[in-house]
Amino acid sequence: MSPRSSAIERLASPRPRPVEVLAWLLPALAFFLVPDNLALGVSIMTYAVAVLALDLVLGYAGIVSLGHAAFFGVGAYTAGLLAVQGWKEPLTGLLLAGAVSLALGFLASFLVVRGKDLTRLMVTLAIGLVVYELANRLSSVTGGMDGLSGFEIGPIFGVFSFDLYGRTAWWYVYGVLILVFVLLRLVVSSPFGLSLRAIREGVSRMPALGASVDQRLRIAFTLSAGVTGIAGGLLAQTTQFVGIDSLSVGRSADFLVMLVLGGTGRLYGALIGTTVFMIAHDYLADMNPVYWEFWMGLLLMAVVLFARGGIVGAGRRLLQTVKTKFARAAP
Amino acid sequence: MASNILGILFDGLAYGSLLFLIGVGLSITMGLMNFINLAHGTFAMAGGYISASLSQRSGLPFLATLPVAFVGAGLFGLVAERLLFRRLYKAPHLDQVLFTFGFVLSSIAAAHYFFGAGQQMGVMPSFLQGQIRVYGIDLGRYRLLLIACVGLITLALHLILSKTRFGAQVRAAVDNQDAAAGLGINVGLIFSLCFALGTGLAGLGGALGIEVLGLDPGFPLKYMVYFLLVVVVGGAGTIRGPLIAAMILGVFDVAGKYYVPQAGAFIIYVLMIVLLLAFPTGLGGKRA
Repeated sequence: MSPRSSAIERLASPRPRPVEVLAWLLPALAFFLVPDNLALGVSIMTYAVAVLALDLVLGYAGIVSLGHAAFFGVGAYTAGLLAVQGWKEPLTGLLLAGAVSLALGFLASFLVVRGKDLTRLMVTLAIGLVVYELANRLSSVTGGMDGLSGFEIGPIFGVFSFDLYGRTAWWYVYGVLILVFVLLRLVVSSPFGLSLRAIREGVSRMPALGASVDQRLRIAFTLSAGVTGIAGGLLAQTTQFVGIDSLSVGRSADFLVMLVLGGTGRLYGALIGTTVFMIAHDYLADMNPVYWEFWMGLLLMAVVLFARGGIVGAGRRLLQTVKTKFARAAP
Repeated sequence: MASNILGILFDGLAYGSLLFLIGVGLSITMGLMNFINLAHGTFAMAGGYISASLSQRSGLPFLATLPVAFVGAGLFGLVAERLLFRRLYKAPHLDQVLFTFGFVLSSIAAAHYFFGAGQQMGVMPSFLQGQIRVYGIDLGRYRLLLIACVGLITLALHLILSKTRFGAQVRAAVDNQDAAAGLGINVGLIFSLCFALGTGLAGLGGALGIEVLGLDPGFPLKYMVYFLLVVVVGGAGTIRGPLIAAMILGVFDVAGKYYVPQAGAFIIYVLMIVLLLAFPTGLGGKRA
């Protein structure tokens, strides 16, 4: 087999390599190594689900969305409100949270695919702002600025109840993250996922091949919205609180920064970016939040100027350099 | 009732002219280089802080601080363009969005560090306070000044763009950058000058607008949507489009806040979606 065709094989194959399976055991290892900081692990994995979803839209389909917090927040409020109304079963609650966000994403997708980059950016931003305003006005339902609290979540499968230390929450979110990752991996390596990349690289060529660009973008956006809603649902269920900031533009921007930091268009970029961002945020939490913003802005500018492709992209380039050096050293 | 409506229309036009003053530079630079700049509000904020700190600390009269705000913000824009933004003209839109967004975040934190979190107060001279009664309608003097200023500046911009050699070069570069470069026009220099002029006008708008828009470190983010809206709805690369868009936005925003205060910012966002969908390439724009 020529190297070229094997590369195509790998590109299109969702089958995991052994090293990936090992990498996925790292979070499980972290559970035993850092047992007193499980809450951080839970929130990293929760946000990772949302950032993975954003990667599908941004990294693969090439739509810059500044409104993904809308779907995140709607999922969170759905899961929270269900629990408030007495629907305490977590798994169906999570699925419903995803379904509501999916429906909203489907409606929004018709607006988003019209227009070009800047118009899309503005429309997603507007959707985020409208949903935020709506939640703010309907404070009798959403709790407004105070947020939604005072609800309980039932045990998973009726057996494992959520504990104070977050052990159950940890395994719950870990499981969901793996499922979401596998799902997205299947999607991006399917012919559909390849056509998304083709659209990103050359919009005008795809219709010539007989592919409906708008329809594919709508499907990607809808799916991404649904998965983001699941992340929101996870946040609501594991923290048993929903704040209105889960809908804010700032949250959308956080997702974007995490993704770009790790590297777009690579699912592992989303995972690594989220982990680095959240750990840094946790360590620097004592710092005045304003200065955190300053460094984040600077970091964003630096990544764009000097580290295209984020951490994963930089790592891959480094690996490439080392490989060529070794190849030269040992002919 | 009729005078009430006229009063709101007047306030809306004053607000709209301010949005236009800040947004017009963004329209020109976006039309020229197809560069998505989310950081335009930062330069308006810079102008506002220059004006506020000059009038508070050195007791300069408000009107005298305006030229300083214009020049200061323009220089800041020129430096930022030369050092940073020009590296991204050929970059994908995502990179431009991320970079300028990072710039906004850092500038907010910097403003917070240097000027504190509080609202800045402009020191208005007494002849700008109060109202004049014209045909039974109370017109705020300060808002009259705003409209007059923006009217003059619009006229001046129009004359510069349509009558001068520089204006012809700018129009040529907006229409077709490569052909303009081929004719020996230094497009890079034109763009730097336009950027400086645009950010200078934004700084002037930020200084003039302290009373209407307010001024605190969150300014660039709070009004980012409005400035972009003026450009996107109006169509990048023109003056007339953003002017109309700014007036529509100003009137609707003021009227909405007056008649349905419980809807808040809702109206403007819904209007934004409707306008964007109705005019995907903008009201007067040639490019998407």
